[in-house]
Amino acid sequence: MIEIRFHGRGGQGTVVASKILADALAKEGNYVQAYPEFGVERRGAPVFAFIRIDNKPIYDKSRIYTPDHVVVVDPTLVEAIDVTEGLKDGGYIIINSDKKPEEFKFPSRYKVFTINATEIAVKHKLGTLAAPIVNTAIVGAVVKILNLTKLESLVEAIREGVPLKPEDNIKAAIEAYEKA
Amino acid sequence: MSKKKEAKKIVFNSEKEMPIVAMSIGSMLYNKTGAWRNIKPVIDLSKCIKCGICWKFCPDASIDIIDDWPQINYDYCKGCGICAEECPQKCIVMVEEEK
Amino acid sequence: MKKVIMGNHALSYGAMLSRAQVIAAYPITPQTQVVELLSEMCADGTLNAKFIKVESEHSAMAACLGASLAGARTFTATSAQGLALMHELLHWASGGRLPVVMGNINRAMAPGWSIWTDQNDSLSQRDTGWIQFYCASNQEVLDTVIQAFKVSEKLMIPSMIVLDAFALSHTYEVVDVPDQDKVDAYLPPFNPPFRLTPDDPHAFGGLTSPEHYMELRYKLQKDMEKVPALVEETGKEYEKMFGRYLGQVDEYLCDDAEFIFVTSGTAGYTARVVVDELREKGIKAGNLRIKLFRPFPFEKVRSILSKVPKVAVVDRNISYGHHGIFYQEVKSAMYGQPHQPVIFGFITGLGGRDITRDTFKEIADYALSKSQAEEEIVWIGVKK
Repeated sequence: MIEIRFHGRGGQGTVVASKILADALAKEGNYVQAYPEFGVERRGAPVFAFIRIDNKPIYDKSRIYTPDHVVVVDPTLVEAIDVTEGLKDGGYIIINSDKKPEEFKFPSRYKVFTINATEIAVKHKLGTLAAPIVNTAIVGAVVKILNLTKLESLVEAIREGVPLKPEDNIKAAIEAYEKA
Repeated sequence: MSKKKEAKKIVFNSEKEMPIVAMSIGSMLYNKTGAWRNIKPVIDLSKCIKCGICWKFCPDASIDIIDDWPQINYDYCKGCGICAEECPQKCIVMVEEEK
Repeated sequence: MKKVIMGNHALSYGAMLSRAQVIAAYPITPQTQVVELLSEMCADGTLNAKFIKVESEHSAMAACLGASLAGARTFTATSAQGLALMHELLHWASGGRLPVVMGNINRAMAPGWSIWTDQNDSLSQRDTGWIQFYCASNQEVLDTVIQAFKVSEKLMIPSMIVLDAFALSHTYEVVDVPDQDKVDAYLPPFNPPFRLTPDDPHAFGGLTSPEHYMELRYKLQKDMEKVPALVEETGKEYEKMFGRYLGQVDEYLCDDAEFIFVTSGTAGYTARVVVDELREKGIKAGNLRIKLFRPFPFEKVRSILSKVPKVAVVDRNISYGHHGIFYQEVKSAMYGQPHQPVIFGFITGLGGRDITRDTFKEIADYALSKSQAEEEIVWIGVKK
């Protein structure tokens, strides 16, 4: 079983990111469980989304406290909160950032990856310049880095699950997948 | 009000005979509430325009329309006076019951 | 077709596939998405149903009752304070023998204001004469809605499908959404034995004198007693058609168990994981997840628990001044049985506090290390 925690801010599509990933994984016959932080969400406030992935039915219905990997959708959160809380040794930290992985000071037991999802989202005119919607790009990178699904499954999931500009979102996801 | 039904008190002697729900169990047809009345409505049909408002308003369904004309069923009329109040022609008057 | 959907949408799809004809609901967190999706389905024609907007949960149920009495298949959903506001009409539904099916998202009762899960909202409606099913997965939610219509309409008793706030309502899982024609074959159109119609006028729910009232209640109880067998029958029929058995309880490794958790809702799935962990350590553990709570599955519970020395009942609810409600029910079921296990009662997870694998480990440690409970109620996770 793989457990992943997404960190974002309310309004960035963090929960949708976990849902798209769940859709893509389900297409390949995986069992998935994806859920947002239990409770109220406010635009701009730090939010979480979680996903469990397994090749057999998932019975654990409790929350995820010790994720295998974390995904940071908003780079400013790295300073604001401890994104490594509970993260297992050897866990991957995937950050939406224009910096290089080595510029982040995380303990060496974690492996850091960066992808400039904001740049990709802006390029494909997703959201606004002030508030780009980066979720499809970041999921493109996550799928590649963690080797979770085939790109085609993700493309299909975005086409079916993203109501606005699905084709532009697909392009963003593919670009992030290729760059990651 | 359906006058075709027998005005008889319904009593079930076994649960097996009963419907599963309180459905017409409380039929009040047997209960001739006309005896409750101390004033009664009387219709002056010469002024009646057959509008049916009294029939519509009667809370006890005690006014029947027979050949287009309203007719009060005194077996059930409790003498509330709503028909007299609502009649646009004021052709219904409430009169004292004879004691 | 396999779809990744949230628990709330599993309710919506269940109602859609059951071809609900009238839906009246009032939104409340964490139920909102149930009716959002159903109103969309009504608007775009996916579902040929009348969606009635109302100003309160009391009115929502009232509208459902009127529609049901007129012969329509009706569905609604609510949660917590909304369910409490419906309370009067819950009696009206069961006493009026109207087979409404309702989703209730378990949410803790205020105050303190809470939107998180516990079972006190639905269990407070225990004695209203509704069938209650407690679900543990989105698949089970969808399947149970369809089964509930079948059971409810056969016996003319309303059903409540209960699921945990967030842990199920907002959690996305892979759900096999059955084909409409197969559901149609399983669930025939609603054809009530009586209905409100000008063709055959009747007064419904009128004054019922002491001469008759008690017989009506006797008949409701007699029909309630038929529910367990009908759940088995319809659950097996469902399995034949859709490959998934829907029973009164979900037994996990109970046959040779020396220690059994009695659980409900999503916690009843987490418990299975701990059963596996205990078995790896050589402890013969099992899990009995109670799905059908009303009527209480006495026979099933007795047959499973009368073979086991120790039982730990885990309640995410409390009857103040008494105990956890499942604990009371299990104890009463086992009273007078030739073999009576030692029954421990645990209360945990109130107001959405997470019930984790560690919670069950703590429960197992307590029960396995003692011959009797040292307190009447064993609280797990209270900050003392």
